[in-house]
Amino acid sequence: MTAAPATAPARPAAMAPLKDTTAIVGIGQTPFARHLAEPEKTLACRAILAALDDAGIPPSQVDAFTSYTMEETDEVEVAKAIGAGDVTFFSKAGYGGGGSCATVAHLAAAITTGQATVGVAWRSRKRGSGPRPWRNTGAELPTPGQWTRPYGLLRPADEIAMLARRYMHEYGATRDHFFNVALACRNRANQNPAAMMYERPLTREMYMTSRWISEPLCLFDNCLETDGALACVVVSAERARDCRHPPVYVHSAAQGLPAQHHGMVNYWTDDPLTGPSWTAARRLWHTADFGPPDVDVAQIYDAFTPLIPLSLEGYGFCARGEGAAFSEGGALELGGRLPINTGGGGLSEAYVHGFNLINEGVRQLRGTSTAQVPGAETCLVTAGEGVPTSALLLRS
Amino acid sequence: MPSIMRGTTDNAPGNTVGDMNNSRTRQPPCNTTTDGLLLPVPDADGLPFWEFAARGELRIQACADCRELRFPPRPCCPHCQSFDSEWRRMSGRGRIWSYVLPHPPLLPAYAELAPYNVILVALADAPGIRLVGNLVTARDAPLNSADPSRLRIGAPVKAVFAELAEDVVVPRWVLEEA
Repeated sequence: MTAAPATAPARPAAMAPLKDTTAIVGIGQTPFARHLAEPEKTLACRAILAALDDAGIPPSQVDAFTSYTMEETDEVEVAKAIGAGDVTFFSKAGYGGGGSCATVAHLAAAITTGQATVGVAWRSRKRGSGPRPWRNTGAELPTPGQWTRPYGLLRPADEIAMLARRYMHEYGATRDHFFNVALACRNRANQNPAAMMYERPLTREMYMTSRWISEPLCLFDNCLETDGALACVVVSAERARDCRHPPVYVHSAAQGLPAQHHGMVNYWTDDPLTGPSWTAARRLWHTADFGPPDVDVAQIYDAFTPLIPLSLEGYGFCARGEGAAFSEGGALELGGRLPINTGGGGLSEAYVHGFNLINEGVRQLRGTSTAQVPGAETCLVTAGEGVPTSALLLRS
Repeated sequence: MPSIMRGTTDNAPGNTVGDMNNSRTRQPPCNTTTDGLLLPVPDADGLPFWEFAARGELRIQACADCRELRFPPRPCCPHCQSFDSEWRRMSGRGRIWSYVLPHPPLLPAYAELAPYNVILVALADAPGIRLVGNLVTARDAPLNSADPSRLRIGAPVKAVFAELAEDVVVPRWVLEEA
């Protein structure tokens, strides 16, 4: 089986049949841009083949696929295009960006339980040049749209801004805190030639004078709109040792749908600021050999800047209400208390429903990030907070 | 009569909703007002809310057995699993829990009004239930009629009912005088 962790666990972990039994051994991606000429299916195939090449595994050996329910290229199309073999496991995780880490979690479970041997997870999306989903006035109006959209609460940005305003009110969070998040992501993107914002520095002046999208959120509180695709390859820990790169083990994985949760418009619970990350985190840490203080680097889903302080609280890096203050003093920057989104994240590298956060987590633990955290051995990757979510603890 | 209406009638003590259901045949939903604002498109569970709103009543679904209020409406009670429900009339009073001011890019009809406000109102009768709405200066005033400086978390508000189209009424909110 897998090697024991380098340091003794702080506490005995709970029974954890998935712990370190699988590893990510290949990552691939297309360029990221506001507009790419090729269709989503082609981009998906390019990212998947790049990931398999990175792993050194021929496509004919792929027997498992996972993606998002919002993915529009299905397994049949992808499998026959890349030349996969007989496929014995395929699944899709729901709730938009909440499904990112679940794609890897499903593969880890399938491979550990013997349902498959070589799994590919992918996301291909032309959100840069394609339609904005909230513009669809037909498909989105049933539940819960009937309670929100007629009043002009139209976009995810509006729905999260509502929680952000309340969060500022309750805990004294300010726009400067949200700027800290935007700046950390932008600074890392400025180090990453693949990032859409590679050559575009951000200043506080730019942030504070930018146009509003939904007050209290401005342009720079919102993620990019991107065309692009990414994929990764998951195999058993044993097999991983024979691949081209050092294995990045799936140490723990979890999904989270809290009791009485309502999705992005989580306005009808006792405490709307306690989101799905809290639920995923309890399960994630329950089976882990280490805790939040031992995380060297984190890739935290950042469709909107306020999701970072909310996630920092949910995943236990600080107490409730302290997430904004956590970002002070460069804590989220390289060399800070918890460097985040070291490829630039959804805010400044690419917004492909958070899949770039998975691949960047792998790069950190291989030691090949363009903004490498020296000696990084553990990485938290999270999916969208505010919707039913998922998360991974990766380790080298 | 569509079957969803029959189900609603069965679950409504006093048959109040049933009377309304029998009074007319609902047209297939048209998504927007003539101005292009989105209209609510009720699902089976939500339909009674809109039927009551159409006659100026703010009612929230409650369990007919354990009496717990629940929102959004759903087929059974998450507390006691009963399928019997009733629609309890609210006072129409609440407080602003949070608010946003959307700016473009928006759907064209909303972009014309931007910045307008969207508020979340915690109901005085059930503070854990927070209705999305708009603060306006009067029942039929536009979404951007309220001065943004009047928006304040905690401000007391009162429901009014705006007719967006024939038989389509939504609750909106005006500030309560101190």
